[in-house]
This record gives sequence, C-alpha cells and structure tokens, in this order.
Amino acid sequence: MAMTMVEKILAAHSGRNSVKPGEIVTAEVDLVLGNDITAPVAIREFEKIGVDKVFDADKIALVPDHFTPNKDINSAEQSRVLRDFAREQQLENYFEIGEMGIEHCLLPEQGLVRPGEIIIGADSHTCTYGALGALATGVGSTDMAAAMASGQAWFKVPETMKFVFQGELPDWVGGKDLILQVIGDIGVDGALYRSMEFTGETIASLSLAGRMTIANMAIEAGGKCGLIAPDQKTREYLEGRTTAEYTEYFSDPGADYFEVREYDVSQLEPQVAFPHLPENTRGISEVGEIAIDQAVIGSCTNGRLEDLRLAAEILDGRKRHSEVRLLVFPGTQQIYRQALAEGIIDTLIAAGAAVSTPTCGPCLGGHMGVLAAGERAIATTNRNFVGRMGHPESEVYLANPAVAAASAVAGRIISPGEVV
Amino acid sequence: MNIKGKAWKYGNDIDTDVIIPARYLNTSDPEELTRHCLEDLDSNFVDKMSKGDLIVAGENFGCGSSREHAPLAIKAAGVSAVIASSFARIFYRNALNIGLPILECPEAVENISQGDEVQVEIAAGLITNLSKNQEYQAVAFPDFMQKLIQAGGLINYLREQAGEGNVSL
Repeated sequence: MAMTMVEKILAAHSGRNSVKPGEIVTAEVDLVLGNDITAPVAIREFEKIGVDKVFDADKIALVPDHFTPNKDINSAEQSRVLRDFAREQQLENYFEIGEMGIEHCLLPEQGLVRPGEIIIGADSHTCTYGALGALATGVGSTDMAAAMASGQAWFKVPETMKFVFQGELPDWVGGKDLILQVIGDIGVDGALYRSMEFTGETIASLSLAGRMTIANMAIEAGGKCGLIAPDQKTREYLEGRTTAEYTEYFSDPGADYFEVREYDVSQLEPQVAFPHLPENTRGISEVGEIAIDQAVIGSCTNGRLEDLRLAAEILDGRKRHSEVRLLVFPGTQQIYRQALAEGIIDTLIAAGAAVSTPTCGPCLGGHMGVLAAGERAIATTNRNFVGRMGHPESEVYLANPAVAAASAVAGRIISPGEVV
Repeated sequence: MNIKGKAWKYGNDIDTDVIIPARYLNTSDPEELTRHCLEDLDSNFVDKMSKGDLIVAGENFGCGSSREHAPLAIKAAGVSAVIASSFARIFYRNALNIGLPILECPEAVENISQGDEVQVEIAAGLITNLSKNQEYQAVAFPDFMQKLIQAGGLINYLREQAGEGNVSL
C-alpha cells in the first residue's frame, strides 16, 4: 500500500505494516523534549503516575531556554524543577545555562534529531525537526509526562498536504518567505490536524537552516508536522553530529494526499505578516509606510548562523535608525561562537545591535525586549498574536532576517534591496 | 456528566497567548494562572463569569503555543466546557489529557448567542440551548479518546496500569 512519509514513520513506530489517516496508533518515541515553562508541569504530572524512573534517561531532553537566564524568582524556581529532575533522573540531555540554546536550534545541532524518528516536545515549534525527515510534533505537558514514563504517545494518523516549490529564489527571499506565503494562502488553520510535506527543486536548493525555518512554522498553519524528505544535504548535516543509525523514509509515488499545492517562487518577494495573525501576509512592495520601534533577529525560526550572516550582510557598514532598538539572539552558543569567529557579531554591534545570549525571551514577550503599549516590532520570530511580544496594544510584524535588518536601518519596514 | 451555564461567545483563532499571556507563565499554579484567564481578549472575563459557565468560540480555538497552562487556566476558572467549531490540535490533546470537557460542534457555535443558557450532556455530546430551545449534536470522540475521558485524563489512565511495573499506553 502506497504511503506518505508520515504514515511510514508512524507505522514503523507502532509495529504495523501500514496505517491510514484517521486511525489512532500508539507509537514508540525516540526523544521527549521539554523547557522551563512546560517541563515543570510535566514533572508534576510524571510524579503522579507512580513510576520512579523515566523510560530511558538518554531519550529525554530538558532545555531551560524561555525565561532564562532567569528573569525573576518565580522563573528561577521553575528552572530549578528541571535541574533537580535532571540530576535525580541522571538525564543525559539536560543543557545548563552556558551550554543551552534555543531548543529547536540546539537539538538538531547536537545530533539529537535524526531522519525517520518520532520526537515529541512540550513546545509547539518541535515541528522544526521535520526539516530532517523526522516526525516531530508539539504536545502538552501531560503528554510529555506520559511519554517520559512510558516511552510512548498516541497519535491520530494525519492526512498529508503536499507543497511543491519550483523556481530559483530571488534575492533576499528564503525559507521564511516560502512558509509565510503558504500560511497566507491556506490560513492559520489551513493544515489543521494534518501533516505538511514540503518538496520540489526550491526546497532541495535550501540549506538545512532554511528548511528548519519552513518546518518550524508548520504549526502556524495548524499543522501537526512539517516534513522534508532527507537528501544529501541532510546526510552531510548529520555527519559528525551523530553516530546513531537511522532510517530514511520517503513518500511513495502513488501515496494519497489530501491536497497538492504548487508554487513557482521565481517572482516571490519578501513576505511580511501583519498583526495579529501569521496569515496576514503581504509582499514587501505592498507594506506601505510602517515605522518600527524595535527589530528582533533570532529565535527558533531564524536564529541560525545563515540568518545572522544575512543580517550582517545588510548591516555591514550601516547603523540602526536612531529610533529603533535592534536586538539579536543567536540560537545556540555554537552559533554565537561561529558568528564571533566570522566577525558577524562585531558587525552587528558596530551597527548598534544589542546581542544577547540565546533565549526565547523576546519572542513570547517574556523578557529581553518586551514592547510597551503602541510600540511596533519587526521580528524574525513566528507569531504576531495580540500581546505576543508585550503589551496587548503593541504590534509584531513577521519577516525574514534581511527584511528585519534593513528595516532596523531605515526605521520602517522596507525591502532589503532599498537599503543595500 | 451534565453541565449547565451561561455561554461566553468569542470568535475564530482564539490563541493561547490571549488565553494565558506568556508574561504569567513563570508559574504553573492553576489558581494563579486563572486570574489572568483570557485577559488579553476580554479583560474582565474572570470577574464576570460564574462557575459552570461555558466558552463558545469559532474555528481553531487554542491555536499557537503548546502551553498546557491555557486549558489549566480555563478549567481552574470554573469553565465547565468549551464548545468550538474546531480546536487547534495541541489544545485538543491537552484538554482531553487534563480533563477539560471540549465539544466540536459548528452548528452550536452558529446558533448560540452571548449569554444563552446552555446545557451539555458530555457522554452523549448533546448540547441544548435552553434560551432558544434548540438541540445540537457534537462530533463524537473516537473510542481511545473516550477511554481517556472516562479515566479522567491521561495520567489517571496511565496510573491504572502503573502497578505492574512498566506503564504503557
């Protein structure tokens, strides 16, 4: 029976030859992830189950990345719950401040995510790992607790929507613009309960960083996961990161799709999502005059080395507009060090950027860049809901790192081509 | 389980950031979270509502973050059930897992107005609008989810098996 990638992965992990959309299966998971907001609730629930040990101390990853380095006493207490649990359970993959990064930049970098695996994370952007051909999806804390105890999770087999991209990407257009275009097209519930599969020559041309940006935002269309089939670039990315064996799965030619959508991206311009939903997208030429108070470059969506390189390319020899705060958040310590070695950090600071240790802080209005009433930010992050980055009357516009960097220079949302 | 209360009506795409803003997520205490439930959508919701009332909303309720604090805050506020045209998938799982009754029923959402008195028979998925004298049938849960609901959530479901050493779903 012809199956899609996601169906094959679910079948293989639930001891079946095949599965069909709509079926509910219990699957073995390869990795369970939590952070300093979601894991404390999971640990509380885990302790109610009545088992002493987690199912496998090597298959739990705890990353204190949201309100860290801790912003207040309450968040310090939350982080301590993670730290104590990690010590008590002798968890291999607990990442202390100084080693930690933004979880969805960190785990792939550490080789903890491999094609064909099932990864559940108590963080909605866990879908990022679909870029490596893994079935990765966000769940809540109780699911995380149950998986820490049992090594399993239940799944409804999703239908699959296929998105085929053809054509060469124009200047200043990347993974962020492809996924914003899709979300603008199908809406924030356009892939609700479904798997999204991204394919075509444009996807093949993208680096793993660009692919992770795309898979990362599958959730913003309601998707359960966003998968990209592994290829030579995936294998090269994994080399030196992992020695574990893995299985690559590919959709069969005759597999059944809920829908197939095709895009020619050769004329695509940078996309900007207006408040207060990621589906409110416009091409950069249709943005109009939008002055900004803050530009945020980083996050699990666009905090990778390629993203920082792009920002530095724009900001080299330029200064931020005097009325704009420019904040840069490298995704991990390794990314930070590499950016230092390449002179990127110096370029950014010379341009007037405040460069931070890795944290999710500003993306969710937690700390390190909270907006006041009436303020506007352009951000390379993933959500622009009411109050997302601070005051409920503040506004967030989502874009790629080149647009964010150019806008920081201009003081208003602008095409990189107009600045460079 | 029968539920009766007043309907609080909201629109489409009610996201987890307005259900419980991230600025309050430095705690996971449900009582503390409850004080800010729906704060960025309807600032006085917690003061206006009475225990047992229901939330009735459109498509994609609970979209966004995986934070279980969202259904926890709604449940701890005393909301007896959420009726929506559709739910975002993580919110849907979370609600089932923590035992917050949810019902998917576009017809009910279309017909229920703000302030209507609504009664729900959870097991049957039957929604009665007492103010308008109408009945609506919600989408039935698959068998596995019914088992979760009957057990009172995922943890209770697992606890029933934990005595034997290993737990499994």
